[in-house]
Amino acid sequence: MSFISRGFRGKRRDVAAAGRVPPGQYVVDDFPVLSAGPTPRIPVAEWNFVVEGEIDEPKKWTWDEFRKLPTEQVTKDIHCVTKWTKLDTAWAGVSVDTILEGVEMAAEYVVAFSYGGYTTNLPLEDVTGGKAWVAFEFDGQPLHPEHGGPARLLVPHLYFWKSAKWVRGLRLVNENQPGFWESNGYNMYGDPWREQRYWGD
Amino acid sequence: MTVQQSDLKLDGNAIGGLLREIFAMEMTTAVGTCASCGAVRMVGEVVVYLNAPGAVVRCPSCDAVLMRIVHGRGKYWLDLTGVRCLEFSA
Amino acid sequence: MSSRGPRLLEWQLGTVAELVQETPRVASLVLDVPDWQGHLAGQHVDVRLTADDGYQAQRSYSIASAPEDPRLAITVERLDDGEVSPYLVGEVRKGDKVELRGPIGGYFVWRATDDRPLLLVAGGSGIVPLMAMLRHRAAAHSATPTRLLYSSRSLDDVIYRAELERLGSAGDGLAVSHTLTRNQPPGWTGYARRIDRAMLAEVTWPKEQMPITYICGPTPMVEGAASLLVDMAYYPATIKTERFGATGG
Repeated sequence: MSFISRGFRGKRRDVAAAGRVPPGQYVVDDFPVLSAGPTPRIPVAEWNFVVEGEIDEPKKWTWDEFRKLPTEQVTKDIHCVTKWTKLDTAWAGVSVDTILEGVEMAAEYVVAFSYGGYTTNLPLEDVTGGKAWVAFEFDGQPLHPEHGGPARLLVPHLYFWKSAKWVRGLRLVNENQPGFWESNGYNMYGDPWREQRYWGD
Repeated sequence: MTVQQSDLKLDGNAIGGLLREIFAMEMTTAVGTCASCGAVRMVGEVVVYLNAPGAVVRCPSCDAVLMRIVHGRGKYWLDLTGVRCLEFSA
Repeated sequence: MSSRGPRLLEWQLGTVAELVQETPRVASLVLDVPDWQGHLAGQHVDVRLTADDGYQAQRSYSIASAPEDPRLAITVERLDDGEVSPYLVGEVRKGDKVELRGPIGGYFVWRATDDRPLLLVAGGSGIVPLMAMLRHRAAAHSATPTRLLYSSRSLDDVIYRAELERLGSAGDGLAVSHTLTRNQPPGWTGYARRIDRAMLAEVTWPKEQMPITYICGPTPMVEGAASLLVDMAYYPATIKTERFGATGG
């Protein structure tokens, strides 16, 4: 390594809680906002969530209908590929298992797609079995647009770019289709514990 | 902590250094044609979001993605498909 | 002194020769950079900080000094929740070394050989690259008709205040106008509101004189001023903009 800046510490990063922090990550206590474009502003009256693709009958919910589905409160650690980890984040959302209830799932993969055009791809088994939610509350408050509100996908066991902000649906597909970042250098799967950040990791 | 969305919106000047690394020349004066809407702009004028897993460069006229640049593990991944044509000179 | 060319951009070390407190939250770092190849007014440098565990943070800062100055100066606003700015303004001492690369930028530059009427519009720390232009203008003994419109929250926030007063009274064709948007001292005769169309109309030249404009500051201010000038039928190609994110720190 080269030059060290005398006295520079940078943002507070704890190397605490070994075992909870994946390799190459550091813990932060704020909640950084990352953005690839203008923040979509979607009034809940216009919000819809759909499940489509390899499915007999597409499903669709309005906000009111969505909010009538059973909600879970979950507390999870989240890990961003830009190296920050935030411990014990508290969310409320609808489990993707609930959303996919009754759906004939022959497809092996999903593409999550969002207002504003963002996409990300995941194996179906990584969004089922209690591993994923469509979350609309963070820390007891309605999810702020900067953090993906009205609702975002929440898939805490993978790098957080997979937790698509402003999510508006899941498309069931037979082949793994790279999304916005996966088609531009980021890993198709994104397991923080195996540090799968980029292609070839 | 509310971050104004405008705080995250920069312009091509902010990736001057990154583009120098990639193209080995000054690129903020390069002129690009948006493949979506045809708008013609200097790189210094295009919209850039840097606070992301990579740099996302967007057309100021239509918001379409012009470029995506990811830099990691000693590699660059550069998508220029949003730019129909990029004109620049040494 | 060139802004481009197929020369690799390398990281260099500059030594802090002087620290100048400009306002309570803003300071200039004056650096000795051996082998500095020169720069143009309006360009910036990338500054990289490395902690002892290898963690790095990088930010861009506009060069404040004129190309004619023997030393390189950057001016940094300390953002309370920033990561890099509280180090540069607060921790750094004379004699410390700072890693930087540059100069970068070919779009937002002004050369004193350009004699078109010049309008500079600054919001907050957006004054920095425009100050490099004004310092270059003075060093080059240019008499190009120039107006600076500088928006700050209050008088205490005006960076380079004394120097701007001196430059503006040099009688060489530069007029400096301030607008203080949050509070004004008693007896204030400058503008006291956000930049609007009427203010720009009073400060700039008729479009028939083909002035060129450089606008720098926070994104909403830059976009607002640029839109106003375009609405007023100034040619977009004569308006150059540089947005500073508020998260720059």
